[in-house]
Amino acid sequence: MLIIAGTEFRSRLFLGTGKFSSSTVMAEAIDASGCQMVTVALRRVDLQNPDDDIMKALSQRNYTFLPNTSGARDAEEAIRLAHLARAASGSNWLKLEVTPDPRTLLPDPIETLRATVTLVKEGFIVLPYMNADPILALKLQDAGAAAVMPLGSPIGTNQGILTDFQIAIIIEQARVPVVVDAGIGAPSHAAYAMEMGADAVLVNTAISVAGNPVAMATAFAKAVEAGRTAFEAGLGQRSKQASASSPETGKLSANLDFLS
Amino acid sequence: MNITLNGKQKDLPSASTLTQLLTSLGLPAETLVIELNALIIQPDSYSETTLSEGDRVEIIRFVGGG
Repeated sequence: MLIIAGTEFRSRLFLGTGKFSSSTVMAEAIDASGCQMVTVALRRVDLQNPDDDIMKALSQRNYTFLPNTSGARDAEEAIRLAHLARAASGSNWLKLEVTPDPRTLLPDPIETLRATVTLVKEGFIVLPYMNADPILALKLQDAGAAAVMPLGSPIGTNQGILTDFQIAIIIEQARVPVVVDAGIGAPSHAAYAMEMGADAVLVNTAISVAGNPVAMATAFAKAVEAGRTAFEAGLGQRSKQASASSPETGKLSANLDFLS
Repeated sequence: MNITLNGKQKDLPSASTLTQLLTSLGLPAETLVIELNALIIQPDSYSETTLSEGDRVEIIRFVGGG
């Protein structure tokens, strides 16, 4: 069972709630995924659409809400958003996200670490979104991060796990759960991350923009479960040398000599 | 009087409270957060929080995000 900051999660698939065509489709996809943690963002209320409230579709359900600090460009903006998130959600869970460059949306490691130090002291359960940097992962967990969330590839790119060499080191060294976040574009990418030993994956775009988001959520749930089971079962060693699967002994002779 | 609401100018009757502002906007107080001049105001204080000329008000809520 996955445990983050004392909370148990049966599902190792976390869902983002952005870019769904409607709140109804979003809620159905979340249900189909079986996930127990969903991310949300904070924005100014659209005063032209006062009834446009995502929490109407989400609040009847028993998820752990993970508000993010998307839009923050430095530690100060992230901390301000964290305070707003806590006031809105009544909880201390936070996906810390500091992305100064709107083109790449890559996380700023220095500002992320600075904000983590402050927010942990303020009692937040901080899950920082980070580049797949093993040294940074160690520093974030030393600062009190409840989990680390290295990216597979940039947000919304559906490129999959381009950082597997570094993520493997992060997993090997981690004392907190590792949640692979961002860039996971297909169930096979999620399965791959789980086979490597990631504790969970966070998926948004791949599900929300799929032709059928509800079916895609189901596919991701199966992939995450398959990948986790494979990790626990223990994958075989990779080798450059072929090694027969069929027996090497007791082969037929005579005119079937080529078999020997 | 004029305030800045979510980054835009808004004309309000003098001495409006936050509760009156929300009512005029058709917004329920639940699931919102209000910042007044960059300070978060607790919901149980909305009715006694009076706005002044030049105040900066931000009304924020959760939206879909990853």
